[in-house]
Amino acid sequence: MDRPRFRWHIVVFLAPAVLVYTAVMIFPLFNTLRLALFSKIDQERVFVGLENFQRLFLDPIWSEQFWNALGNNFWFFVVHMLVQNPIGIALAAVLSHPRLRFAALYRSAIFIPTILSFVIVGFAWKLILSPIWGIAPSMLDAVGLKSLFAPWLGKEEYALTTLALISVWQYVGIPMMLIYAALLTIPEEVLEAGEIDGVTGASAFWKIKLPLILPSIGIISILTFVGNFNAFDLIYSVQGALAGPDFSTDILGTFMYRTFFGFQLQLGDPHMGSAIASAMFAIILVGVCIYLFGIQTRMRRYQL
Amino acid sequence: MKRKALLLALASTALTATSVMAEDVTLNIESWRNDDLTLWQDKIIPAFEAANPGIKVNFTPSAPTEYNAVLNSKLDAGSAGDLITCRPFDASLALYDAGHLANLADMEAMGNFSDVAKSAWQTDDGSASFCVPMASVIHGFIYNKEAFSEVGVEVPTTEAEFFAALDAFQKDGNYIPMAMGTNDQWEAATMGYNNIGPNYWKGEEGRLALIKGEQKLTDDAWTKPYETLAKWAPYLGDGYEAQTYPDSQNLFTLGRAAIYPAGSWEITGFNAQADFEMGAFKAPVMAAGDTCYISDHTDIGIGMNAATANPEAAKAFLTWVASPEFASIFGNALPGFFPLSNTPVELEDPLAKEFVSWRGECESTIRSTYQILSRGTPNLENDTWGASVAAIKGTSAPADLGAKLQDGLASWYAPQQ
Repeated sequence: MDRPRFRWHIVVFLAPAVLVYTAVMIFPLFNTLRLALFSKIDQERVFVGLENFQRLFLDPIWSEQFWNALGNNFWFFVVHMLVQNPIGIALAAVLSHPRLRFAALYRSAIFIPTILSFVIVGFAWKLILSPIWGIAPSMLDAVGLKSLFAPWLGKEEYALTTLALISVWQYVGIPMMLIYAALLTIPEEVLEAGEIDGVTGASAFWKIKLPLILPSIGIISILTFVGNFNAFDLIYSVQGALAGPDFSTDILGTFMYRTFFGFQLQLGDPHMGSAIASAMFAIILVGVCIYLFGIQTRMRRYQL
Repeated sequence: MKRKALLLALASTALTATSVMAEDVTLNIESWRNDDLTLWQDKIIPAFEAANPGIKVNFTPSAPTEYNAVLNSKLDAGSAGDLITCRPFDASLALYDAGHLANLADMEAMGNFSDVAKSAWQTDDGSASFCVPMASVIHGFIYNKEAFSEVGVEVPTTEAEFFAALDAFQKDGNYIPMAMGTNDQWEAATMGYNNIGPNYWKGEEGRLALIKGEQKLTDDAWTKPYETLAKWAPYLGDGYEAQTYPDSQNLFTLGRAAIYPAGSWEITGFNAQADFEMGAFKAPVMAAGDTCYISDHTDIGIGMNAATANPEAAKAFLTWVASPEFASIFGNALPGFFPLSNTPVELEDPLAKEFVSWRGECESTIRSTYQILSRGTPNLENDTWGASVAAIKGTSAPADLGAKLQDGLASWYAPQQ
């Protein structure tokens, strides 16, 4: 009589989400991790324990590719952190200026590439930068800087940075929007109080606004990290699965794709592919954990 | 009224059904060549059915990218067609090993094909052949005849003449001497390395020696082509590093480039796009009078489903595919895909004719990396793409490239260890 009734409605309401999420996310994730522990020997799937990982990290042929991809991935991430996020914050700061005209127009224009398909972005930029038909060489020529032009996408030393910047161009709208939203939530009174104390203009941004939007910057950083280490689409659509020239744009996503599904005469190896996917998962997990426990818990929050 | 019509319809279907059942056998063909559907329906199948009353043929292609997966699941489920279009080398060998393709080695018509033609669909020891070779593609160079006469350049036959021709276009300045880019990588290997290479490693002789482990990728025969490729760079036009395959095709068909390192599959497209006269020349030899070797790469074959209910009819069809009649229909409908049978085929397309005429003058071989050698990791074919690009760009020395490829191959291929 006193015993609280089991609340069935909670289970009923949770069930659809839990079932769908389990079927399309949790099960595939664990199955991938499981697949990484097997190998195919003489047409039979055999349990090999951690042998695939041993091969991935210790066999010179595999490890060279893996570290190359991981290094490229870090550079890809660094370019985003150093270029995309500061520009996003700066744009948001400018857009939130109350006296800026046509702010809505700029906001939409900058955000539009984000909603374009990466296939379109990749193709468009490939054409823009094409040394044969592209407008980049002729535009540089018009201002007398033709000598600065190089076939960037075809040179080992520039290709990855070029691709990272294309990706920045496409996604700069996301940090801009998030920071813009954070800036709008700062109450006028706080800024007015600062003004009374003589903090105005640029110093108001550095001393008042920036500390208040720091948690948003943290979220953006972690989104950038996860997005970049899962990246695959832009590289694949511009440079193909071999991530040329000479693997200089190979990141973990393209390396995994090539291994898992095979390429040209190379037959797919789902087991090694899963091992790479597991390594990617581990890297992202570690990165997110460092952020959650090392940074976010220490970040100061202000009650507005 | 309505009922009468229905009865009539029923009666007529019953009639046709019985007439089919009385004698006709229907064969289904699995293929990835959905581009060729009309060719099969309008030309090939009627010709076969006319010659073989009692056998009906259905051509049921699927999309190229899905073909392997679709075919495998159909074979496993037992619902695959009687005849199966074969991809070259390991993909089909795996089907044979799994018992899906019948051994055709004792079929008399297989005698119509050379060993090179059959090599794409044989077990490693050559004891079993499981597909009838249908078509190959030949490598060479397609050139702009108008550009050649305008600049006054002769069609080169030796390497010295080849580079002299490129120099002449370079000096003239109106044309990009050669249209090829390294962005997509495969052209450098397929139209570069495997196009000029057979003259260095003496075609089949070198290719088979490599498979047996008697030659190494560090040998001169295998690194010299990289040295030659390295000399191509200055003639490839500005920014070739970022030039893609369609870019090169367009540069050539727009008349902006003089020479295009080609595969014969380009013929149909180029005929439609280019409004100037084109010619073709084969990969140049070292010195005049040397034996020439061409890459005559086997691409499509057709085999019999081991589980077919109509093996006799299927064999009749395969025998017909091996006949000169099929070869001439197929070769003329798809210029650039050359029938592989020993009997020469009269082709109508002038450019295709030029390509196929080399078979009489030169020794044929296939791409060096395709048989057996690209089975392991690292994949020799993919590595050759990278190496050919590096050679052209000059980022690695030819000897280093050879050493790197050899190390990769030796890491998994026993005869090279």
